[in-house]
Amino acid sequence: MTSIQAVQSQIAESSAEAVVASALQKAHADTHNTFLNIMEHSALERARQVDRGDIIGPLAGVPFAVKDNFLTHEVPTTAASNFLEDFVSPLQATAVKKLEAQGAICIGKVNLDAFAHGGSTENSAFGVTKNAVDETRVAGGSSGGSAVAVALDIVPFALGTDTGGSIRQPASFNGVVGLKPTYGAVSRYGVVAMASGTDTIGVLSSTVGDAELLMTFLSGQDARDMTTLPDFFSLDEQNNGKKLGVIKEFMGEGVDEQVRARIEAAVEQYKTLGYDVEEVSLPLLKYAIAIYYTVIPAEISSNLARYDGVRYGTQKGKDGSLTDVYELSRHAGFVQENKRRIIIGNYVLSSGFFDAYYQKAQKARTLLINEFTTLFAEYDALLGPVSPSPAFTIGESVDDPLEVYLRDVMTVPASLAGLPALSVPVGATDSGLPVGLQIIGARKSDAKILAIAREIEGKNE
Amino acid sequence: MTNISIEDVRSLARLSALHLDDDEAATLTHDIERIITYFGQLSELDTDGVEPTYYGMDLMNVSRDDEVVQDVNPERLTSLSEGGVVANQVKVPKVL
Repeated sequence: MTSIQAVQSQIAESSAEAVVASALQKAHADTHNTFLNIMEHSALERARQVDRGDIIGPLAGVPFAVKDNFLTHEVPTTAASNFLEDFVSPLQATAVKKLEAQGAICIGKVNLDAFAHGGSTENSAFGVTKNAVDETRVAGGSSGGSAVAVALDIVPFALGTDTGGSIRQPASFNGVVGLKPTYGAVSRYGVVAMASGTDTIGVLSSTVGDAELLMTFLSGQDARDMTTLPDFFSLDEQNNGKKLGVIKEFMGEGVDEQVRARIEAAVEQYKTLGYDVEEVSLPLLKYAIAIYYTVIPAEISSNLARYDGVRYGTQKGKDGSLTDVYELSRHAGFVQENKRRIIIGNYVLSSGFFDAYYQKAQKARTLLINEFTTLFAEYDALLGPVSPSPAFTIGESVDDPLEVYLRDVMTVPASLAGLPALSVPVGATDSGLPVGLQIIGARKSDAKILAIAREIEGKNE
Repeated sequence: MTNISIEDVRSLARLSALHLDDDEAATLTHDIERIITYFGQLSELDTDGVEPTYYGMDLMNVSRDDEVVQDVNPERLTSLSEGGVVANQVKVPKVL
């Protein structure tokens, strides 16, 4: 993998056009089904503008990829769904605009689970993305394409979204750095909404330092996203803290032995570095999946109501009634996982079940947040794996959605509490599958968890 | 075990404006019954007097100055509709 700084050296030695052309060539030649659309024309045009000095900035000429749920001009924004196969957006996502304002060049849109529903990219309407290390295994997801584009060294970084682990888990599966910032740190304007209560925008990169640099450009308030927080992200006086907690429930039964071994090795390294590391408990973890998969489908059922075949995308049933247009367009446009989540969402929100499921889950969520708050009063950050296993085999569990949901147990807690969390590579299993260490911080401690990650970066390989 | 019938799923699908094929309805009924049953474990938790967290953060109003801005190039709006744009209005399919 190549860092942003190394790409900048290449640009200085040759030209932005040569560097971007090389990235485009790699994207075209890719055999992992990483890219859904490549922005050949605009990328090369912008690169030439950089070479002429018409575009300047700290990221001038640096190519990047974006998950295909960020709205961009020139090529369609599909959300990996048949619904939006031909949808070219009239506007651009704030995150994309902010990076372009620094001179970076978007070279294309990468694969995800349709509407970001999933953790493997197997739910993409346009085929699964294969793992960068082992093509028989999944890329992870839903930001699978973003992780693979970085791991295969096509681009030095990519944008992703993380609602319940969708940046951290593919980062872990492919051996790249993935940061899910504090909820509200980065504007979501122009990003296809999944569950507005936990959706976040973040980066996948080859180094922790690059994630830090990118956050300085991406974070901050946006008048177009009322959930954005005043900019708190700062690398000045970055504080590592000295006390870390290893979440006991993340290291127990059901966790792959080699994953646990890599995490334990990383924990030992922190001790060697002088950190005070203790075991801590998050007892409500056992309810995290039940909470998450009650709350999130409820929000999904609402957010996906806008796809009606009239305002967006592919329309079916034109010869029938308006109801036919809605029902048949949605039937054709959504993959089964989208439908499953919409129906679960409308079930838990329906009169008679609202109190027992939706409201109950939101109360349980409060208790989970309280547990985190208590821990962060004493600890600077919490450690554990990102996922109970390394990347799994393609097709292994597509027929068992509950089993698939249970795999998210280590990533959904930080999402439900709006906390920053990241995955940093800490080596691989005996068969070479990457393992990521998850570092979870208190709200707005994004810079701190990055500093903690940097301490062991590259030392476990 | 929470019982969810295929009729329940079809009814929810209608309310969700979703057409389902027969085999799809059967698969989803099986899956959703298992998933909702799994959610049942939340009933073990004592949540009396606990405030629900509907939003992740303390929200505040974020607003810009009340000035007219041209956010979107009108020419790009054509992508929103198969019917095209007439007099700066997006034309939608006939709905009645």
